Amino acid sequence: MAEQKKYSKPLPHIDEESRPWWEALQRHELYIQKCRECGATRYYPRALCTQCLSERTEWVRCAGRGKVYTFTVTYQNQAPGFRESLPYVMAYVELDEGVKMLTNLVDCRPEDVKIGMPVEVVYEDVTPEVTLAKFRPAR
Amino acid sequence: MSLSRKAAVAGAYEHPTRFAPDKSMFQIMAESIRGALADAGLTIKDVDGLCTTGIGMSGMGIVGFCDYMNLTPNFVDSTSIGGSSFVAHTAHAAAAIAAGLCNVCVVVYGSTAASSRFAIGTGGAGGGGDPCDQYELPFGPTTVGSYAMVAQRHMHEYGTTSEQLAEIAVTMRLHASMNPVAKYREPITVEDVLASRIISSPLHLLDCCIISDGGGALVITSAERARDLRKKPVYILGTGETVRHVADGHRDFLEIAAAQSGRLAFERAGVTHKDIDLAMIYDSFTITVLATLENLGFCKRGEGGAFVQGGRLRFDGELPCNTDGGGLSSNHPGMRGIFLVIEATRQLRGECGPRQVRDCNVALVHGTGGTLGTRHSGATLILSNQ
Repeated sequence: MAEQKKYSKPLPHIDEESRPWWEALQRHELYIQKCRECGATRYYPRALCTQCLSERTEWVRCAGRGKVYTFTVTYQNQAPGFRESLPYVMAYVELDEGVKMLTNLVDCRPEDVKIGMPVEVVYEDVTPEVTLAKFRPAR
Repeated sequence: MSLSRKAAVAGAYEHPTRFAPDKSMFQIMAESIRGALADAGLTIKDVDGLCTTGIGMSGMGIVGFCDYMNLTPNFVDSTSIGGSSFVAHTAHAAAAIAAGLCNVCVVVYGSTAASSRFAIGTGGAGGGGDPCDQYELPFGPTTVGSYAMVAQRHMHEYGTTSEQLAEIAVTMRLHASMNPVAKYREPITVEDVLASRIISSPLHLLDCCIISDGGGALVITSAERARDLRKKPVYILGTGETVRHVADGHRDFLEIAAAQSGRLAFERAGVTHKDIDLAMIYDSFTITVLATLENLGFCKRGEGGAFVQGGRLRFDGELPCNTDGGGLSSNHPGMRGIFLVIEATRQLRGECGPRQVRDCNVALVHGTGGTLGTRHSGATLILSNQ
């Protein structure tokens, strides 16, 4: 039997504030938050709206589409898990819902990445408990 | 109440070491304090305020350092906002002195980053367990990568080139060649920068600050007292500090903390850009300098690429910048904000020999701490010998 390769990159420290968001990712659903008082959107998830401090929060399901806002191809990172996967692309993706999120771009050659490029979410189940939202060129 | 000219830098000392495997961080700090007090003509018994950070993980390392030095100051500040901390400390010390909280405040820094083989920029972000970390660390952020994303966006929006960024590194190296204690003194060309390997695109190895050991200290006291001391006072005219972050996912990453801290410092100092004879700009990476100059208002947003070309930032140029060689060539022990204030002080006193800026009377110092493409701090000082 092939030896199970251990996932060695950092895993999120999930807390009570963030658990609904991470649980949604396990279901392969991506959400941002919207304040029910003032309508401000926010990512990453938090209990209170930063604009009016209301805790009346709506979870808005994202279509999982966006554009590359900026990116970098990382050629040097000595941290375990990443040093074995160089080069990799780290990027901010601006979701159609209007927030930027830090992520990795996958399923494409680093030299083909361009700012403004349309991308779509791919859900990477890295452990039984954790799914990461990464992005690939839109198909 | 204005802080302008209430306090002054009376002593400054840069530890000459760039590699000190035989010394502890605290020894480097103690030697730096000794040097700065000698420069001011004061003794350790005169010190009743202390500012430092970067010690240990507990957040209260300043207490351990007071123990090491056997100090019991009336004012302590361990504001920890990254490499800009010591620029902010200088402002806080000035405010504390103006408010009567202390009389002689030492700002001190030391680090053995190089001899401890600490990968400052490419070690992978450790994270302090903050809520934001869980949304970032799984994707492999590095310090250099965060700045690189700002550079990439700047290139996209304004056509800024790697050649233009390289010009900054070339200028810093020229300055380092005139600084006997700089770590790298051999001149480089734009071609050398472009030929160095990419660390995190679009930044090359020579777009990145070096890693060294080092330390330094400043002595801050009232303007009145400074006038009676050994060296010509360097007055603190204006200060500003703030932070920028991902802003709920709505951030414009080309607008950095310097826009706000710079505006505050200029307003409070009552001077304009035309008055600035020297700019000491934290150069963790070449893009840091370009973005900071734009955000401080020395040129318009998007014009930084052209602005840094043609020798403008040379010691004999229109806006001399980082005349010690900066973090790109002289020293970078991890948080180099204090060296910005030290070199500005030396320039305003006319102590810089071959790299001395002519008629240097007003200097701007800007420290950036943290990572530009995620969250960072900015602290600005405007200093003058008049």
